[in-house]
Amino acid sequence: MKEVRQVQVDRRLARGLRLNAHKTMSTTAPIDTSLRPKRLIVGVKQQLGAPGEILVATGDRVRAGQKTVAAGEPPSAAMHAPLDGTVSAIEDRALPTGLGKAIVIEVDAVPGETVSSPPGYLDVTLLREAGIVGLGGAVFPTGDKVTYADHCPTLLINGAECEPYISCDDMLIRERAASIARGSVCLMELCDAHECIIAIESDKPEAFWAMTGALHELDDNRLSLAEVPTVYPAGGERQLIQVLTGLEVPVGSYPPELGYLCQNVATAAAVDDLVRTGVPLTHRVVTVTGEGVAQPRNVWAPIGTPIADLIAHCGGYTGDVARLIMGGSMMGLALPSDTIAITKATNCIVVETAEEIRGDFSERPCIRCGDCAYVCPATLLPQELYRHTVSHNWEQLEALHLNECIECGCCDVVCPSHILLTEHFRVAKRGARVHAEEVRRAERAADRFSEHERRLEAQLVAQRAQHETLKATARNPLDRAAALEAAKQRAAAKRGAPSES
Amino acid sequence: MEFRVTPAPHREPRTSITKTMRRVLLALIPAAIAYVAFFGWGLVINIVIGGCVALAAEAACLRLRRYPVGIHLRDGSALVTTVLLAFAMPPLAPWWLMTIGVLIAIVLAKQVYGGLGLNPFNPAMVAYVALLVSFPLQMTTWLPPMIGDLDYPHLGFLATLEYSLFGRLPPGLTLDAITGATPLDMLKTGLGGMQTIAEIRVSPLFGDFGGRGWEWINSFIGLGGLYLLYAGVIRWQIPTAMLGTLFGVATLMYVIDPSRFPSPVFHLFTGAAILGAFFIATDPVSGATTDRGRLIFGAGVGLLTYVIRTWGGYPDGVSFAVLLMNLCVPLIDRFTHPRVYGTKL
Amino acid sequence: MLTAAATLALIAAVVGGLLWLADRRVPQRSADPVHRIEALLPRIQCGQCGFAGCLAYAKAIADGGAAINLCPPGGQETVDQLAILLGRERLALDEHRGSASLAQIALIDEAVCIGCNLCLRACPVDAIIGAPQFMHTVIADECTGCELCLAPCPVDCISMRPRLSEANA
Ligand code: SF4
Ligand code: SF4
Repeated sequence: MKEVRQVQVDRRLARGLRLNAHKTMSTTAPIDTSLRPKRLIVGVKQQLGAPGEILVATGDRVRAGQKTVAAGEPPSAAMHAPLDGTVSAIEDRALPTGLGKAIVIEVDAVPGETVSSPPGYLDVTLLREAGIVGLGGAVFPTGDKVTYADHCPTLLINGAECEPYISCDDMLIRERAASIARGSVCLMELCDAHECIIAIESDKPEAFWAMTGALHELDDNRLSLAEVPTVYPAGGERQLIQVLTGLEVPVGSYPPELGYLCQNVATAAAVDDLVRTGVPLTHRVVTVTGEGVAQPRNVWAPIGTPIADLIAHCGGYTGDVARLIMGGSMMGLALPSDTIAITKATNCIVVETAEEIRGDFSERPCIRCGDCAYVCPATLLPQELYRHTVSHNWEQLEALHLNECIECGCCDVVCPSHILLTEHFRVAKRGARVHAEEVRRAERAADRFSEHERRLEAQLVAQRAQHETLKATARNPLDRAAALEAAKQRAAAKRGAPSES
Repeated sequence: MEFRVTPAPHREPRTSITKTMRRVLLALIPAAIAYVAFFGWGLVINIVIGGCVALAAEAACLRLRRYPVGIHLRDGSALVTTVLLAFAMPPLAPWWLMTIGVLIAIVLAKQVYGGLGLNPFNPAMVAYVALLVSFPLQMTTWLPPMIGDLDYPHLGFLATLEYSLFGRLPPGLTLDAITGATPLDMLKTGLGGMQTIAEIRVSPLFGDFGGRGWEWINSFIGLGGLYLLYAGVIRWQIPTAMLGTLFGVATLMYVIDPSRFPSPVFHLFTGAAILGAFFIATDPVSGATTDRGRLIFGAGVGLLTYVIRTWGGYPDGVSFAVLLMNLCVPLIDRFTHPRVYGTKL
Repeated sequence: MLTAAATLALIAAVVGGLLWLADRRVPQRSADPVHRIEALLPRIQCGQCGFAGCLAYAKAIADGGAAINLCPPGGQETVDQLAILLGRERLALDEHRGSASLAQIALIDEAVCIGCNLCLRACPVDAIIGAPQFMHTVIADECTGCELCLAPCPVDCISMRPRLSEANA
């Protein structure tokens, strides 16, 4: 048997942070597959890109794996019912991203028979129809991503889960390394890649060994492993490529431009499931963790499970719970309520107690210490961005590349003045977009107005010219009499012609 | 169940301005002890007087500007300014000198510009320069270090306090009897009088590599600076660039003519070079904020310090150099933006 | 004497060089006041300021002949920015000039439209299409919400609706 190839990684992320990971609290127990909630709230739009038509109606019975929403215009992917049950409503519900249409399914008490029917082939349409999307959090439809990256030489499987608290990829690699490796091969063949690098962070030795074992067994020398240093945010697509290759993805383009297609480990596992059993993407691993959860662990959860059910499954709340975060603690979204259900993008639920929350929210003036620039992985100058954000100086913000901010939150954590830099930047990005739109409209309106003036002017000139000719003809009474005479004759000729013949 | 919604990242900030300022003060403690050992209690008296005035002035300004006084007063920046000013002042100074200095620093140089974070000039240096120009006599009455073989009478704590508050000296002593020039002063006057370095350095004010006493105080200041570097309060660029440039230029001139230009080590360990490099030029608010900008800023301070010391009208040039470079900061920052990920320069 | 002259010349050369460098690296802003004023106006061409279009108003402001608070769609924000740019007194917006706004678009009730062609001529940005005797319609993306088409319509079939902007959709 051949050795497993390892890619040497000696590069570092230029900036970034070493964070307290809080991961071990959820990695002691294996992935819990026993969750079966009573009701699912499946959001209709769960991927980047518009959803298609809803294929079920209130009152319909649905089987596990049955398609409920068709894939729309690309990029898009379909949605499926995760469990057997009855559709009790299709209505607007609170979803993690706000109010949106959702299919509510009352789950049957007894699971029905599951039949596996391997499709026997794999193509991008199948990926779309099976609802497979990037499970790292960006939920970009995998089928479309592969299409865009056709003939990409290298497939990068991202197992660098750098955010604090999240351990779902770690546990998935530990338990299903073989499946991930097989799924990677499928994806490789789909996009004609001739190499695949599986990147795992150095703080996950168990996962690394599990993957080494799986690659040993698979014995395919196109696959190799890379151990990337544990620095936040090394797991970001662009940052991972920087760590692995030293290259930067140019602004305005995507990793395939450099020959890399990134996929998350969980996506690879989902592809493998699809190929071997025909099961579409209906479940995912969710880390339920934090000081406020009694038994933190990873759960194999049907998509659409309300967060309250997930937490009840993990022993319920403990202590003085105060904040619920979907995602990790750096880039996650704080949710107002636990009645919200998880989506394909939900990799982690963190419950924090009151003691963990930063109490002092008063921002102090920026002292230009530069600590924020020292850690910014995008090598921006957050202190300068902040200054121009406050004064809405859109020109300067653009010159300083506000849009390259990946909203990682590093600058926020180190700022001694406790400025909510990341939030300022999120707001400013929206403001800049609105402003750009306004300027575009204004310029267009001004152009069209001058065009309009020119047109009216031309019309006026034409009218005047016509007038002049008329007047010119009218000025001479003799001419006028002659013209009249001629017209009369023409008329007479017309009238007389038939009688003459 | 309802939860609190806050923007990401959901993490405790690692540090705060108060912590940063506390570290700066901490870093100065060994140097302060050395200072007291060599020059008496004047430093402590100055700090206490100045500290009270600074806090009161800051509070009053914040009050007038309708800012929450408690929060902003607690950041400690006024105290740091006071302590830095006190380090630059002569140890035997009347109370009103320090008071005026602190008022200039806090009110004119800082609050008038919008408070912490918005002052374009280093407040301590603005105050120091203003005092130096307005009260040249008081600002240059220095004490000789208390070292056994230097035969000067020394003032105890109470006597210093009495002088500071009431301008009275113990009976039988005159100001002239207890004060003297600083090594840099002496160098300046000596060179002006066409003496060579070697002749000037015979004076007992000069030690092994810097001014007597000063060499030790500066070493301790440097130690504090290293602690700040280690603690991440300051970054290496400014101190390295400033001391490097000063050292480099001094070496060059020393090689050209050792009889007229003092050695580079003397330049580093005398006057305010080290204090300036680690504590004054590194003031983040009035200094450059980009990495490359800080190198340029530091180098500029180093060069100007040497130029002013050697050819200017004042014996030490750190304060003027810092202020002059503060003036260039917006320009420096503008032209030293780092290359952003994925962009071309 | 000679040293002094040389020193001054040197300083002048260095400073000149720096300025030249700065000039090359800092993006130029248009120095033309009319242009800078116009850039601050919303440029929806509603004419509610009393001038024939935003450029005309900008010229009038630059000449000193017009007040800076006459632009309703720009709102107080535009007045403030103009005051800063021109160093004039910060006036309150003249509220009575109209209610044109980029936040709205015109909608022609196509059942009522008689195809009279009058609105088409009124539209400053040619956002209405139609021909005499045929139904007219508004190109939503080009409409600036200037309200100039409302008055000419003999059957009052044009109304203003809020614009669903893509930025906040
Ligand atoms: S870390 Fe905070 S205080 Fe320091 S420069 Fe950045 S924004 Fe300013
Ligand atoms: S949030 Fe943006 S500005 Fe701040 S460190 Fe991350 S990328 Fe840089």
